[in-house]
Amino acid sequence: MSTPQTAPRGPYGVVARFAEPTQLVHAAEAARDAGYRKMNCYSPYPIPGAWEAMGHRSRVPLVVLIGGIVGCFAGFGFITWTQVYDYPWNIGGRPLFSWPAFIPPTFETTILFAGLTAAIVGAVALNGLPRLHHPVFGIPSFERASQDRYFLVIEADDPQFELARTEEFLRGLDPEEVIAVEP
Amino acid sequence: MTTVSDAAGTRPPLGKPDFIGPGETPQSVTDTISGVVYGKTHRWWVFALAGAFGLLSIGFLALTWLLVKGVGIWGINIPVAWGWAIINFVWWIGIGHAGTLISAILLLLRQEWRTSINRFAEAMTLFAVACAGLFPIFHTGRPWLSYWMLPYPNTMQIWPQFRSPLIWDVFAVSTYAIISLVFWYVGLIPDLATMRDKARRLSLKRTFGIFALGWRGAADHWHNYEKAYLLLAGLSTPLVLSVHSVVSLDFAVAQVPGWHATIFPPYFVAGAIYAGFAMVLTLMIPLRHLFGLHAYITQRHLENMGKVMLTTGLIVAYGYACELFMAYYSGNVFERYMMVNRTTGPYWYMYGMLMLCNVAVPQLLWFKRFRTSAFWLFLVSQFVNVGMWLERFVIVVTSLHRDFLVSSWGMYSATKWDWAVFLGTIGLFASLIFIFIRILPALSMTELKMISAEGKSVGEH
Repeated sequence: MSTPQTAPRGPYGVVARFAEPTQLVHAAEAARDAGYRKMNCYSPYPIPGAWEAMGHRSRVPLVVLIGGIVGCFAGFGFITWTQVYDYPWNIGGRPLFSWPAFIPPTFETTILFAGLTAAIVGAVALNGLPRLHHPVFGIPSFERASQDRYFLVIEADDPQFELARTEEFLRGLDPEEVIAVEP
Repeated sequence: MTTVSDAAGTRPPLGKPDFIGPGETPQSVTDTISGVVYGKTHRWWVFALAGAFGLLSIGFLALTWLLVKGVGIWGINIPVAWGWAIINFVWWIGIGHAGTLISAILLLLRQEWRTSINRFAEAMTLFAVACAGLFPIFHTGRPWLSYWMLPYPNTMQIWPQFRSPLIWDVFAVSTYAIISLVFWYVGLIPDLATMRDKARRLSLKRTFGIFALGWRGAADHWHNYEKAYLLLAGLSTPLVLSVHSVVSLDFAVAQVPGWHATIFPPYFVAGAIYAGFAMVLTLMIPLRHLFGLHAYITQRHLENMGKVMLTTGLIVAYGYACELFMAYYSGNVFERYMMVNRTTGPYWYMYGMLMLCNVAVPQLLWFKRFRTSAFWLFLVSQFVNVGMWLERFVIVVTSLHRDFLVSSWGMYSATKWDWAVFLGTIGLFASLIFIFIRILPALSMTELKMISAEGKSVGEH
């Protein structure tokens, strides 16, 4: 599985494995207080407080709002174009631009566009997914991250990062294990 | 900046003792639920799938014959041109609605008990919508041209009539199918990652891995994910209400006595939820028993579903009363005759059975004894399943068979091919359900893990 590399690279970061979710939150908080910025928590389910500890902001609501607005105007515009301009159909002299009748399908296109944006952009693309591999998958016990263990990774491109010192710092947080993550 | 402890404390504790069995941990949840998929194939499962597939085959046979001969093999004719195809369409789409209600509306209302049943209910929605979709498509008579309902640039240089509820229906049902699918799939992504990590065979690891899209449970991912999931729930909520409203407008916009009523949208939505919860109970009670999931689908879940059924059942009963009253109060001779005919005409026994199944029997749910008994809930659900089908029969057939002109009255009866197609869709639904519970985690591991761990993490703050 190993690919030959031209130059030796440093580690991706250092990981600490915890048995309890509260330990993870405390560790992330402690790391932030110690000045670390480039880090991430990995857990089997969303942990309240984990992302606050890293100061992350989500752009999902804005993106979904834009998706919904686009869907609304696209739907209403398209229906109006077909019913009024491209294929006007006189039914008993009733007005061609009978906009109240266009509202139900416009509503559906609004939901469709917003929902697809939420799923495809919000839950997947904004997270950089799909992705075939990531260095954290190289952590020996990382399959537990989707089951019952909690991981804090301090990444090597953090300005404060120094392999030995960061390992020492993480060991002080009562983890089960601290190891370097291969690149 | 808020401290982590404060941020964690803003959430109310999710876990309540009776929504999950005592002593459940994230690991036990993962093991039990992935164990249903990775464990041995039960003998009953093979027989059940074989039975379901047998029914499905009857459906294939009937639809093949339908394609050869045309829709004339069904009982539909003038004046009752809608018949079982539309009855079954409305019945199935209604059943689907409970899935969205459980997963979306109860999420927004912070009803934590939904957690262990939402995945399954969403799957039920998808499969019910798949069954529903078959009927109008085959009812068109030339299903290979059903794409004509969609707006696409064509050589005929025409566009669909967007003022018609039937086209609204195409948009509502297809949007509903797509959004239900992505909502279900987004909910599955972290669980697929767990399945990937639990897999022992490389082929399974790869298969689950591809569908998990490389999910690794990072905190920023979870944050985006929760936001997206909540927004999908928020979007699904008005969507599900709109779908059955639009379905009811297929009827209500027509002038036929018995259809032309403003009560239809809310009454149809309540009926849909009613039917859907009955179907969730029909499926959940045996499933819980067969896979030993009592720790996750507790007495409390069953009781709450019984309460929702009672409430929506009362709204439906109000709808029936309202129809009777409006027929009387309108002073319209056709409306009045429709109601007399509906209750005492040639199909009076259908109306009588409807009252028994949908109004009388569910009153048992007022009593805690019945609400907390899996057996009784199952029994009442069967009455509701049948009752909701009868309701659509009464609406479609008794309204159409005697409308304005006596010269155009007629009778309707289903043929064996109507039965065969209906049984076929039951087979399709059951086959999909059985395959689903065998190859995918039927309960949301992520959310159950959250509940099982919540007590601990909140307690320490």
